[in-house]
Amino acid sequence: MKLVLRDITKRFGTLVANDAISLTVEPGEIHALLGENGAGKSTLMNVLYGLYQADAGEIELDGVVQHFSGPGDAIAAGIGMVHQHFMLIPVFTVAENVMLGNESTGFAGTLDVDEARQRVQKISDQFGFHVNPDALVEDLPVGVQQRVEIIKALSRDAQVLVLDEPTAVLTPQETDELMQIMRELKESGKAIVFITHKLREVREVADKITVIRLGKVVGEADPKASNAELASLMVGRPVELTVHKDPMKPGPDTLDVERLRVIDAAGRVHVDDVSFTIRAGEILAVAGVQGNGQTELTEALLGLQDRVEGSIRLHGEELVGRSVRHILDAGVGFIPEDRQTEGLVGAFTIAENLMLNRSHGEPFVRHGTLQLERLEGFAKEKLEEYDVRAPGITTLAGQLSGGNQQKVVVARELSRDVSLLVAAQPTRGVDVGSIEFIHKQIVAGRDAGMAVLVVSTELDEVVSLADRIMVLYRGRVVGIVPADTPRDVLGLMMTGERPEGAIA
Amino acid sequence: MSTPTSEASIPLHETPLAGVTTVVDKKAAVILSVMTAGLLLVVAFFPQDGDTTFRLAVPSDFAQLPRVTVPSTLTAWVLIIVCLLCAGWSIVLYRRKLQTPLWLMVIYSLGWMIGFLAWAASGGTIPVVGLLSGSLALAVPLVFGALGGVLGERSGVVNIAIDGQLLAGAFAAAMIGSALNSTWAGLVAAMVAGTLVALILGLFAITYLVDQVIVGVVLNVLVIGLTSFMFTQVLAPNAETLNSPPRFTAVVIPVLGDIPLIGPIFFRQSAVVYLLYIAVAVVTWSLYRTRWGLRVRAVGEHPTAADTVGINVIRTRYRTILIAGAVAGMGGAFYTLVSVPQFNREMTGGAGYIALAAVIFGKWDPIRATLAALLFGFASNLQGVLSVIGSPVPSEFMLMLPYVVTIFAVAGLVGRSRPPAADGIPYRKG
Ligand SMILES: Nc1ncnc2c1ncn2[C@@H]1O[C@H](COP(=O)(O)OP(=O)(O)OP(=O)(O)O)[C@@H](O)[C@H]1O
Ligand SMILES: [Mg+2]
Repeated sequence: MKLVLRDITKRFGTLVANDAISLTVEPGEIHALLGENGAGKSTLMNVLYGLYQADAGEIELDGVVQHFSGPGDAIAAGIGMVHQHFMLIPVFTVAENVMLGNESTGFAGTLDVDEARQRVQKISDQFGFHVNPDALVEDLPVGVQQRVEIIKALSRDAQVLVLDEPTAVLTPQETDELMQIMRELKESGKAIVFITHKLREVREVADKITVIRLGKVVGEADPKASNAELASLMVGRPVELTVHKDPMKPGPDTLDVERLRVIDAAGRVHVDDVSFTIRAGEILAVAGVQGNGQTELTEALLGLQDRVEGSIRLHGEELVGRSVRHILDAGVGFIPEDRQTEGLVGAFTIAENLMLNRSHGEPFVRHGTLQLERLEGFAKEKLEEYDVRAPGITTLAGQLSGGNQQKVVVARELSRDVSLLVAAQPTRGVDVGSIEFIHKQIVAGRDAGMAVLVVSTELDEVVSLADRIMVLYRGRVVGIVPADTPRDVLGLMMTGERPEGAIA
Repeated sequence: MSTPTSEASIPLHETPLAGVTTVVDKKAAVILSVMTAGLLLVVAFFPQDGDTTFRLAVPSDFAQLPRVTVPSTLTAWVLIIVCLLCAGWSIVLYRRKLQTPLWLMVIYSLGWMIGFLAWAASGGTIPVVGLLSGSLALAVPLVFGALGGVLGERSGVVNIAIDGQLLAGAFAAAMIGSALNSTWAGLVAAMVAGTLVALILGLFAITYLVDQVIVGVVLNVLVIGLTSFMFTQVLAPNAETLNSPPRFTAVVIPVLGDIPLIGPIFFRQSAVVYLLYIAVAVVTWSLYRTRWGLRVRAVGEHPTAADTVGINVIRTRYRTILIAGAVAGMGGAFYTLVSVPQFNREMTGGAGYIALAAVIFGKWDPIRATLAALLFGFASNLQGVLSVIGSPVPSEFMLMLPYVVTIFAVAGLVGRSRPPAADGIPYRKG
């Protein structure tokens, strides 16, 4: 099915998120949309999907102008979308999620779960997804959830498939598999719109590239263009794609973790016998396939896990069993993995979000009263410094684009005086220009004597930030190795194999 | 590293783990111990002479079960020992990192309750059938209310106004039932009244995004005011024409109604109670097994996700709470068309709040919420029965019983509960 978007304009109040954007996607084509955070990519796709009504412009499918009053219409017309933030119901099974809104029923509206199960199985077999239709979505790793989203779209017979940053939460292997799937879908004649911030992926699968900046199409790019060219077209200036950092000057031990064990309420052991040390002025990066205990490890450091055994010492002070408040006050900063549920309060303004973890005293609260002027000044400064694209500091955090939400979280944590920064996926969903900036900030913090624990599923990020690399597999440390360890060794370690002399 | 190896080493459907251990809650062991100690102290300090009789049959049974007469204090002690064994076993299990099984809890609860009754009703007779069927009667409006509450909250609308819906239902049933001299017209009127309250709730909570708890509380106060005003101004002066509704009489179901013990309790009831059985079954079935139910739950868990697959969130929520209002309204009819054939000011006595509690104790599940409501009905009725028999416990103290039993049962039997994720959050597009 051929998709034509013609002069789509979408405004939010005074903000023009899409300014007369035109786009043509042919069947059997993968069309990449590139653009900075807040450029308007998701907005454009939401218009196409019927979630937003365009203020001007037309959507045309196979030459017929469409009028979508809601996603139901768009789905019926053959449009499928995998959203930037998953649209799955965690407590439902895969089959239930796939059938929702498109249920086949028997007598008196009874659900035909078997039929849905078969539908999942069929698509799953066809594309080699390995998804169990009866699994609860909340128990699935994100990579599999992603596939469930794709199955959802395909089961409704989508001819135009929109993938909005589908790889942001995937591991490199999962990403490779997804790109293989995209190629297969393309072979079967689907038109695919692919949004990503990762230039490698664009060059690998895209047939055509359109770049959007500030709500306008700024040009098309050749898929064979170099990373640097694509990046500068996106951001409008040259971008440094590698992190420059001086050799570390490590100080005394800041964080000392010994024999850490984390167990969840169901008795599953997520972290087992993990010991490591981070010195002041050092970045320890944790590599590993997502779901191998990284989340639980960072949460345990922050006091967010209930059943923790072993010891976590910050400057010699035991943190196990202390409250989150105490740990934050002891000088720990935290960039959580999931900005939407843990990092931000969507219904609060940007300014309020920027002071969330400093609501207990100076500088923003005095005698129990908010110091609004001081907060305003601070928020404006951070907005500027971190290049958060928003109408103003009173914009609700929930209305920011994904990458801009991430920048607000990073700004909050890095602007506090901390001796340990725990950063889980600090650049998830952030555009190349901002990745450069965030990395610089993290390295600056390290140079100023901060101890940093970075968790990332991006091997690039791990390698470029780390002073040392710790690889986790099934909750255990496979090894702690120097930053210059070859990638194939790291990859091997991520599957649990321990090379010679790995413990550094 | 090739893809197949990574797939072989990490099963795709599970999180790769370092291992699994068992995590056991010590709650069960603690509650059993505390409850046993309580009973033991009471029996030790206030021993009772005499016997207790349990009457298991009603005269009309075709096969009469015998009366059971036991020595009060001795029986109590025997059952305390049973309770001690259960509690001890639960502690042993906890030490061995094993969960206390449900059957143990059931044996314990029965043992404790019979032991307590044997002691408390010393020298008297406990009409077991009366005790249980009375419990059911007290629980009927609670169950209807709880079903309505479960439906609403499953779709994401917190309904504090259950009490208002019960009261409005009772009022409408009395008035329309009297005016048309028809029980069924009264019942329909009650459903309409409950639906109207739900409509106002929806208007503010869904359309105008007002805080749901606030709207609910205001609605309760509004209904109390309105019905009280109408009662003094309209119903009381015209009591014969407007406040003396006909009554649903008990209907004995053939065969089922003749089973000893069970028959008189469950199957010699009024049509409203039979409707209740149907309502519990239909709500449970439709919530879990139908398209409608799937959509209701989706809207209550993740409205944005439901919206993106083309489900109209607002319409689904409205439809659900209107149905829920009708169900709760039926519970109100029970007051005036079955219990007392007459409306009185604030006659629900806050039952709607208890129903709300049953929703939460029942973990937002219709069957469990029903059981929670039944338990509450039992505790209330026990208090009534014991004060009639004249038990050694001061009656003021007995008034606490329903609440104490509910709290202990909930704390002991219900694990961690998780409400629907979008419960109480208004949905705003975009
Ligand atoms: N519902 C909304 N209300 C108000 N403003 C909004 C809303 N949704 C998006 N915006 C604004 O519109 C602009 C475009 O956002 P959009 O989500 O389309 O960006 P994006 O290109 O997808 O960015 P990212 O790469 O970070 O996901 C942003 O400035 C954002 O703040
Ligand atoms: Mg986006």
